[in-house]
Formats: sequence, structure tokens, C-alpha cells
Amino acid sequence: MEIDPFIFRLSIFILSIFVGYYVVWSVTPSLHTPLMSVTNAISSVIIVGAIIAALSGTDGIVFTSSSIYGFMAMILAAVNIFGGFLVTQRMLAMYKKKKKDK
Amino acid sequence: MSANVSAILYLISGVLFILALRGLSSPETSRQGNLFGILGMLIAITVTFLSVGNFTVGFIYVLIFLSIGGGIGSFIAYRIPMTSMPELVAGFHSLVGLAAVFVAISAFINPQAFDLGTPENIKLASLIEMSIGATVGAITFSGSVIAFLKLQGIMSGAPITFRGQNLLNALILISIVILTFYLCSTQSSKLFWTLIAASFLIGFLIIIPIGGADMPVVISMLNSYSGWAAAGIGFTLENTALIITGALVGSSGAILSYIMCKGMNRSFFNVILGGFGGNDQTVGSQNKEQKPVKSGNADDAAFLMKNASSIIIVPGYGMAVAQAQHALREMVDALKKNDIKVSYAIHPVAGRMPGHMNVLLAEANVPYDEVFELEEINNDFANADVAFVIGANDVTNPVAKTDPQSPIYGMPVLDVEKCKSVLFVKRSLSPGYAGIDNDLFYKENTLMLFADAKKMTENITKNL
Repeated sequence: MEIDPFIFRLSIFILSIFVGYYVVWSVTPSLHTPLMSVTNAISSVIIVGAIIAALSGTDGIVFTSSSIYGFMAMILAAVNIFGGFLVTQRMLAMYKKKKKDK
Repeated sequence: MSANVSAILYLISGVLFILALRGLSSPETSRQGNLFGILGMLIAITVTFLSVGNFTVGFIYVLIFLSIGGGIGSFIAYRIPMTSMPELVAGFHSLVGLAAVFVAISAFINPQAFDLGTPENIKLASLIEMSIGATVGAITFSGSVIAFLKLQGIMSGAPITFRGQNLLNALILISIVILTFYLCSTQSSKLFWTLIAASFLIGFLIIIPIGGADMPVVISMLNSYSGWAAAGIGFTLENTALIITGALVGSSGAILSYIMCKGMNRSFFNVILGGFGGNDQTVGSQNKEQKPVKSGNADDAAFLMKNASSIIIVPGYGMAVAQAQHALREMVDALKKNDIKVSYAIHPVAGRMPGHMNVLLAEANVPYDEVFELEEINNDFANADVAFVIGANDVTNPVAKTDPQSPIYGMPVLDVEKCKSVLFVKRSLSPGYAGIDNDLFYKENTLMLFADAKKMTENITKNL
């Protein structure tokens, strides 16, 4: 009997939760704010769905009732991707070690 | 592009996201980690374009909308002051939530585009996944909006409670489950819209009773929800990158919520069902008896500090509000010139989000190896000469260790009172968010400095 592909996705999901668990516990507490902003940015990979939805219109009609939702989702996700990664970069650039000699 | 190739590339982008989080284990590797994250995102977006393969007029619109969103995002990211990070993160969570709702709606209206069947005849599994994605996304959205308004001060940070609140929430949650069930059997679009509306409502209702001081938990929790929403959509779209990311973000937010709850010695449910805040006014007003307090000025503080050999600084949310981090760093520079050892002690729930204080100190150019977490530094207070508490309150209250009656009993606190002398910068004697008096104010070795945190720090620097 063939295994339902859903089971494969479920396996990836469960294993990723465990990966996330161990990876996040190893994040140093002083970087918890950048952790939140970067998780925010990467969860915007939902833009993948938004793009598919936005491009679902046919040649003649770009804006259908469903593609409009796609476009809106795309703007939101794009704000998050650029905003999230940039603000994380900005924060991380500020973390400096003590200068040896002053 | 063949489905197998794109699946592999999505997997790679998921792995890059894991590496992005892995990089955060130390500040040195973190910047590289962020680049991995960006690369992962680039791959995911490019693969999607190639596999849809529709480079017609629609594609131009996609690029336009991408640049609009990207432009707004970049603008915000450059302009936002570091003190507003909690609001920013809450705002961004709401966007992920709403995007998840929109994608789910789009998939419901036009399932062919996602290969999920035809309208009113969507594959059962997809419909369930879609409903979960939409529900969690909607909760994330309305919850984050409330959190944002509370953090921004547009809405009062005080908890809003009413009779039967928990019962109402329970009823709505049950109705969401029932609606999902009927939606799956009838595929009715009316039920789908009702489901989304009910989810928006419950997100709103869950967050309004939670007070300002519990915001670190709320933000972490919404972070987690945004991940689960993404994962739900990932299952619908059968997309590995989204599933991996959703799981990562979901568990990350859950761990942060756990750390925050532990930092307050409260259970997650206690925070969600509205713990302190609702009854604090009564506790605060009972102890109106006047106890003697020693107060001083910048001169006294500078004198004490000049004669110290080691000083520990305890920053809190008040420092963020007064934007005192730069003034504080200047004070510390002056102290260091006098060969005084200075370190910083950060409580896990100091500020409005996890790691809030660390970012502010980093912004003020404080080297991160002078900044310590509670467990690392708590034993050092006994050997330090001066503790300088700036904008923190409840996290220093010794009552948490001594009085089992106190609402914060058992909460881990910084052992500030063990220092030879304590300087406490505060505007007044008013209690903190837990609504209880801080015993530290009345200790023999405490000197209260009643002033705005920034002004006081600047004045001390002048007197050093």
C-alpha cells in the first residue's frame, strides 16, 4: 500500500518542531529580540502562497476575486520580509564586543 | 521547473532558515545567520516564480506589489527607534497573520490555482488545513493588533475584563470547532466567512484582558501562533519550506513564552486568563502607611559611585521609556575612567519583549560581554558596592523571596538588596506593574533618586 504524501509532510513538520526546539534553546538570551524579528521575517515565506494566488488569473484578467487576495497577502508579506530582515540586520550590527584597548 | 526540483529547492530554503536561527546562538555568528535567512527567502520566492511559470502581465503586477511592500518594510525598518521594537514586532506579527488569512481565502475561492480541487468540492484534507491556517492567522492578526495598540499606548495597558469573559471565550472556541466541522461537510462559503469572523473575534477577546507587564508573554505567544498559521497554510499548499518554517517559528515562540512565564513564575494559563492587573489596585492602596524613605540627589549618587570599586546596573522598562540608554552608557564611561568595574544585570522579563534591554544597551554601544543574565550575575550582588536600578521595579523586589502571600512570590528576582548600597532611580514611590510595594525602597542601604531616568543619569555624569 502506498503511503499518503500527507504523512511525509507531517513527518517533516514534527521533525522540524524538534529541530526548532533544540535550535531555539541554544539561542543566547541577549539575542531574543533579533530572534523574534527574524522568525517574523522567515514566517513571511507564506509569500509563496500569495504569489501562486496572485498569478492565478488568466492572461486577459489579472485581477480576479481570488488573485486580489493574493496581491494583498503579497504586499503584507513583502513588508514583513524586507522589514524583518533589515531590522534584524540593524540590530545585530549593534552587538559589539568589548574593545581590547581603548 | 519540475515539481521534484522545486521541492528540493524548497527544502534547501527550509534548511537555510534553520541555519538562520542557529546563527543566533552567538552574536558573532548571528549576522551570517541573517544572510542565510535572506538567501533562503530569495530561493523560495524565485522557485515559486519559476514553478508557476506565468510571466505575463500578472508577473509585472507581482513585481510592482512586491516593491511597494518591500519599500514600506525597508522604510519602517530603517526609521524605527530601538525602543519601539516591541510594537514593531507585534505589528509585523499581525501582517503575517493577515497574509495567512488572505492566502487561505484565495485558496478557498479558487482552489484550482493550488491544485486542491474545484470550488465547493475541495479535498477534505486541504479544507481542514486551510481552515486551521485561516483560524490561527485571524487570531494572530486581531491579537497582534490589540497588543500593538496596547504597546503603542493608543489603548490603555490596563487589562479589560468583564463578567463571563472566560465563558464567552470558551463558547466562541467551541463554535469555531463546530463551524470547521460543518464547513468540511457542506463546503459552504458562508460558514467559511463566519469561521474567519469568529477567529478575529476570539483573537481580540483573548488579548484584551492581558495587562501591559505581561506583554513579553503575549508577543512570544503571537510569534508562535504566526508560525502555526504559516504551517497550516504550508500543509494546504504542500510546501516544505512553509511547513519547516512554520514549525520552527511555532516552537521558537512557544519556548520564548515558556521562558517569559518562568521569569514571572506564572503558568501560561494564569497569564492568558488574566492574572495580576485585575486586582492590583486593591493591593496597592491597602499599604498606604508611610514608611521612611531616604532620598538623595545626583551629587550623593555620584559620591557613592565614585567611592565604589564595582557597580552593577539593573535596567528595566523605565529606561526604555525615558530613552536613557545613551545617557547611561556615558555615565558608565565616566565611571570606567575612574577604574570602577561596571556590569549590567538583565532580568528575563525586563522590558516589553524578550531581550528588549539587551538590544537597547547594544544600541548605546555597550559591549555585550558586560551584560549578564540573571543566573550569571545574581551571586555577584553580594560582592558589589553599588547597585544602580534604573527603570526596573518588580524584578528587584525581595518580597518575591520572603512573603508567600505576595502575588509575585516565587518569581526569580535580582538580589539587589545584597549590595552594600542601592541607588534606585524612579519617578515616585508608586508600585510597579504587579501593583505591590517594593520593600527595597525602605531598606537602610537604599537611596532613592526621584527623577526622570535620563535627566538623573546625565546629572550624575556631570558630578562624577
